[in-house]
Amino acid sequence: MEIALEIFPQVLVDGIVLGFMYALIALGYTMVYGVLEFINFAHSEIFVLGAFVGVEILLLLQDAGSLALLHPAFVLFLVIGASMAISGLAAMALERVAYRPLHGAPRLVALISAVGASLFLQDGLRLFESLWRNTFYLNYPSLEFLDRTVALTANLVVPVKSILVIVTALLMLVGLNLFVNRTRVGTAIRAVAQDPDTASLMGIAVNRVIALTFFVGGAMGGLAGVLFGLHYSLVNPYSGFVPGIKAFTAAVLGGIGNIPGAMLGGMVLGLLEAFAASYLSLLTDGAFGAEYKDVFAFLVLILILIFRPKGLLGEKVREAQA
Amino acid sequence: MSRALAALGAFVYVAGSCLWAYLYPQSVLGFLCFETSLLVLYLVPAPRAVKHFLGGAALLVLVPLLGSANAYYLEIGIQIGIYVALALGLNIVVGFCGLLNLGFVAFYAIGAYFWAVFGSPQANEFIPGNFFPLSPNWFFLFLLLSIALGALTGLVLGLPVLRLRGDYLAIVTLGFAEVVRALVNNLDKPINLTNGPRGISPIVKPPLFFQPWLEFFGVQVAEAELYPFYFYFLVLLFVFAVVLVTRRLEDSRIGRAWKAIREDELAASAMGIPVVRMKLLGFAAGASFASAVGVLFAAKQVFINPESFTFMESIGVLAMVILGGMGSVPGAILGAAGVTILNLQLLKGLSLWLNALRQSGAALTLPLIGSFPLSQLPVQFEPAKYERMVFGLILILMMIFRPQGVLPPRRERNP
Repeated sequence: MEIALEIFPQVLVDGIVLGFMYALIALGYTMVYGVLEFINFAHSEIFVLGAFVGVEILLLLQDAGSLALLHPAFVLFLVIGASMAISGLAAMALERVAYRPLHGAPRLVALISAVGASLFLQDGLRLFESLWRNTFYLNYPSLEFLDRTVALTANLVVPVKSILVIVTALLMLVGLNLFVNRTRVGTAIRAVAQDPDTASLMGIAVNRVIALTFFVGGAMGGLAGVLFGLHYSLVNPYSGFVPGIKAFTAAVLGGIGNIPGAMLGGMVLGLLEAFAASYLSLLTDGAFGAEYKDVFAFLVLILILIFRPKGLLGEKVREAQA
Repeated sequence: MSRALAALGAFVYVAGSCLWAYLYPQSVLGFLCFETSLLVLYLVPAPRAVKHFLGGAALLVLVPLLGSANAYYLEIGIQIGIYVALALGLNIVVGFCGLLNLGFVAFYAIGAYFWAVFGSPQANEFIPGNFFPLSPNWFFLFLLLSIALGALTGLVLGLPVLRLRGDYLAIVTLGFAEVVRALVNNLDKPINLTNGPRGISPIVKPPLFFQPWLEFFGVQVAEAELYPFYFYFLVLLFVFAVVLVTRRLEDSRIGRAWKAIREDELAASAMGIPVVRMKLLGFAAGASFASAVGVLFAAKQVFINPESFTFMESIGVLAMVILGGMGSVPGAILGAAGVTILNLQLLKGLSLWLNALRQSGAALTLPLIGSFPLSQLPVQFEPAKYERMVFGLILILMMIFRPQGVLPPRRERNP
């Protein structure tokens, strides 16, 4: 019991960090599902792409010897901005190449194409990095100011990078909410999500809105990727698979198509997972340990689908007919 | 006249490639031609009886003959057979019912571990009394039991999710496969059920019940040499049974109900088809096929561990079904054979060839650009390691340009 209480604040912080990452990735799934009603299976690779753009920029800066000279805030801005932009553009390109030609085809067809795109991107990234750096397991260069810690209380020491994740994610989520709910373009996105045919009659360029949705979702995924890299350091082309499925679980948990739902679902799932990882072995005397945390997320998914398929906040999609 | 010419040409090709493969058993190209000749045989306009006779002769006589010259060809035949059976199972789920199952390998793993645990000393860990491994004679009983086990797990998984939107099923099955893999990876404690990542071995092989007969006829073959042939015929028999069952199912009331659901769920239920029950049936049927193939696989491999049952296995089988044509039995067979050959022979061959080039120290000289020493080709660049890229490309390109597959199912009319 002593230990359980002692680690509680630390686990809470870990869970919140994880929750924000899932929330950011889940936004990409949920927004695309909202407008197109299809699971963008390759979104996890957009996330990984963000992580790789980040590590490449940092490594290039390091090789040029300017990483230590530049102001840390500038480096962060550069890395985050570049990965968001590139991931967003990549998501748009993906939509153009692999999904738009299938517009109007049965849903199964688009989904299979998305699975194919996901696999192709994984190995494409691997091939690129193998040729470029001769390895595809990359390590983020350590940034001194990110490794500092802030001692909040005696047994709660928070690293700066966790604070960075929380603050950045929070800003972006608030910004996205304002964008979707308060701007003309955001209104167009919501209109297309509700009814694309009527939206196009109202003079909305539906294809452009779909592309924009992919861009915004992809940028959020790229942001999650770079934060993931800054926080956990090690990235490889396949590291998006499991976070991707979990983020999709988060989107379903919150109610697919529902933007606040994705944020809530991500947070709930992140916390559940962090607590399961640390407390499962304490509760079962070491019989089951942290290795079951992935199983836990999938069990959550199956349980939601049985008991509350519309998610916590209810789904916001058209009545779907497969 | 042109038909007759085409038939004649095809038969010359078939006979020629058979002869080539037979005379030069080490030639990979010859074997590839032999494999494609079976496809040619399928497509050629000729009486059914002739085709069946020739195809049967090639599979029953020629492949074992080639195998006695080069045992690797038998191994390829067995692998193709296993994947054909898996692809036919997935074809029921994806092709007939239109349900995307991304975790098909889970059922395969369940079947494999079912026999592996009881057909090896592993079960002694949690059942006292030293009864295990079971004698080889139990193998056929387990093969039958695994069908029921697969169907049962399929039902348990399908029951909650088949009522929901179709694309949730894809993610749930994917999650389920990961759960199964995590379980077999970690259930070596608190009770050692699966021996975790170390895997299980040795697994008992099927019984050599025919050995007394062979000896009666005076044939003396060492067991180690007999097993590849035995497995080849066992797998062939199994595939034959699976093809027969699938064919019969396809045109039955059940098969027509599945296709009706795939085309339009609402219309199907209006016609009085019990949609959820039929979907469950299809899902469970596919699962039971995979589970039975798993038992065969475990007995053939002697050693299994969780690494054999990754997500890529599921995707590989899916790529086979998609490539051949969803809902088409000949398509699934062609897809399985094609992808297996691609994986086992072409990509590996290409890797070996590139390695040889690297070591030879030759240089690639391009006009205007200059020469590039091939020894500097990055070591990471190995085609055999990029199967995801290959499968991914197959899936995307097929979906965009030919969603009905290479050998699409015969349709009464277009939907």
